[in-house]
Amino acid sequence: MSAHAEHNSHHHAPSGFKRWLFTTNHKDIGSLYLIFSLIMFLIGGAMAMVIRAELFQPGLQFVDPHFFNQMTTVHGLIMVFGAVMPAFVGLANWMVPMMIGAPDMALPRMNNWSFWILPFAFSILIASLFMEGGGPDFGWTFYAPLSTTYSNDNTALFVFAVHIMGISSIMGAINVVVTIVNMRAPGMTWMKLPLFVWTWLITAFLLIAVMPVLAGAVTMVLTDKYFGTDFFNAAGGGDPVMFQHIFWFFGHPEVYIMILPAFGIISTIIPTFARKPLFGYASMVYATASIALLSFIVWAHHMFTTGMPLAGELFFMYSTMLISVPTGVKVFNWVATMWRGSMTFEIPMMFSIAFIVLFTLGGFSGLMLAITPVDFQYHDTYFVVAHFHYVLVTGAVFSIMAGVYYWLPKWTGNMYHIGLAKAHFWLSLISVNILFFPMHFVGLAGMPRRIPDYALQFADFNAIISIGGFAFGLSQLLFVVVVIKCARKGDKVDDKVWEGAKGLEWEVASPAPYHTFEQPPVVK
Amino acid sequence: MEHAKLLKRLILATLLMFAFAFALVPLYDVFCQITGLNGKPSLEAAQVSEKVDEGRTVSISFITHAQAGAPFKVKAEKYAMEVIPGEMYTVNFSAKNLAGKNRVMQAVPSVSPGIAAKYLHKVACFCFNQQPMQANQEAELPLLFYIDPELPDEIEELTLSYAVFDISDSVKTAKVENKNENRI
Repeated sequence: MSAHAEHNSHHHAPSGFKRWLFTTNHKDIGSLYLIFSLIMFLIGGAMAMVIRAELFQPGLQFVDPHFFNQMTTVHGLIMVFGAVMPAFVGLANWMVPMMIGAPDMALPRMNNWSFWILPFAFSILIASLFMEGGGPDFGWTFYAPLSTTYSNDNTALFVFAVHIMGISSIMGAINVVVTIVNMRAPGMTWMKLPLFVWTWLITAFLLIAVMPVLAGAVTMVLTDKYFGTDFFNAAGGGDPVMFQHIFWFFGHPEVYIMILPAFGIISTIIPTFARKPLFGYASMVYATASIALLSFIVWAHHMFTTGMPLAGELFFMYSTMLISVPTGVKVFNWVATMWRGSMTFEIPMMFSIAFIVLFTLGGFSGLMLAITPVDFQYHDTYFVVAHFHYVLVTGAVFSIMAGVYYWLPKWTGNMYHIGLAKAHFWLSLISVNILFFPMHFVGLAGMPRRIPDYALQFADFNAIISIGGFAFGLSQLLFVVVVIKCARKGDKVDDKVWEGAKGLEWEVASPAPYHTFEQPPVVK
Repeated sequence: MEHAKLLKRLILATLLMFAFAFALVPLYDVFCQITGLNGKPSLEAAQVSEKVDEGRTVSISFITHAQAGAPFKVKAEKYAMEVIPGEMYTVNFSAKNLAGKNRVMQAVPSVSPGIAAKYLHKVACFCFNQQPMQANQEAELPLLFYIDPELPDEIEELTLSYAVFDISDSVKTAKVENKNENRI
């Protein structure tokens, strides 16, 4: 096979920049997505540093409130659409074809497009920050009328950036669905699919279902602001509360888009280092599907304080709590997989265990927020900020890092520097908790979110939070060092990097050749 | 299944979901109208009530607030009153255009608790129409209403709120329902 691969990579003539610009290879595109997402993670992180510097002590120190609002908004947009989602798409590009024994993604040219429009979207978004009037400053949720009546003239740039991100995600999702449905190796039946593939298939359907709704919402904002429509303008017969319904109809499935692939990664890593097959494979698949379905009937739990009737509050409270059942199934399955396993604690496993503990913690604060009467107190406080950063940073981001540390040796053929990676893990684990845990306390004490200044009694905790924030931010530079060093050189690894690993991706050479599975493998 | 066939279906699903986002707009209105959930009272003139429920009274209060930048002062002649369900009442609102030029005013009503919205019937209301106001003009704007005797017993008081907008700039495109011809 390797001679064959040589021949083919020879066939792909362009080198240098053109190789990357015109590439239709799933591994190249996967790498592009992952590198792009890492850059966005650092840019979004830099914005978080601005936020934490301003909040280090009460009063206005570094930035004016208008710029602060732009920072919170663009930080959110970049982390959601620029860091977490492209990272998962990158992992899907790299791993899905290798896991199902396919030679490439089903639609390689579309794959190239879906990546290469992303840098334009984020250039537009980030460029708007430097224009007269500034960038978007209405929060990543762009509630009307903040984004219509009260926004600046650069809102159109925000809208077009979101349109492009949406088109990119939809093309990526369509590609994943066609690949998984059509290109599985013979014998790779549905219930033999690795869980990462299953979770991504379900995520892709979620993306196809809700990204167009987001596109519709931003389009309505655009026409309301520039073309005189009145979708969200009460004076013309519209309704601003309707914006929130449409947005969260997208927004809630969106948060599962950012966590289901994480479940897939963790379900891949835990069995490897516990040296036991995953406990309850079928129940994992069904739990993922039920979470995806339930995500469509819980959206209004983001809106309890808009003035809903009691029946609505009860319905959305109970349906939200219902989600903890399939999620609980997953957590217990992971724990049961580790139970009496021959566990070792390599870097991916450490990140995975941290994920299970801290994601569950974020899930519990989510349960607290689901209780309607309690939510009236917590709404729009730092408690909410603590909740979603626990599920997105120690959840989604930790799982991405676990995945990178798990598959990086397969991608590069080199083992990374274990000592540095360990330092990265421990520094991240400790600082992330210094960063986000005290946010629970200040939130419960009533500190509102999205403000550049705060009452004096929150000063000490905010100083601690900021120190944690700077430490977490700096620790991620270690991650960059580990990845770059590993890409350059390192100890050579076997084809099967981890002794307990299972799956087709470990049957190809390390580093993974440019073309794999041109002859489909036989799956028993 | 062939790639092209599956691709077509997925693209179709995407387009349908995009259309669904816009379909949510009328669906939302219909849903709110049927259930009366969001406190939006009907903007059509109601018929006069046929029966009166003398057995109880309901307290109703009126609040108005001009949206930011709307140069109007609108005030009800009384803040609150006790009403007998089924009986017709008139409340006058005094409105003034504070701007030195002609403006068009639109009042948008809302009822709290929201569930009571469908039991508040307006026979005539200045909110049914756009109200052109000349520079510094003052006007008396009447509201004729009654409370439906079917109003659930547990609702003992309700609030009718008017948000007042300046729609002079968008008056050509505004989609204000003009079904009621007798302008007041």
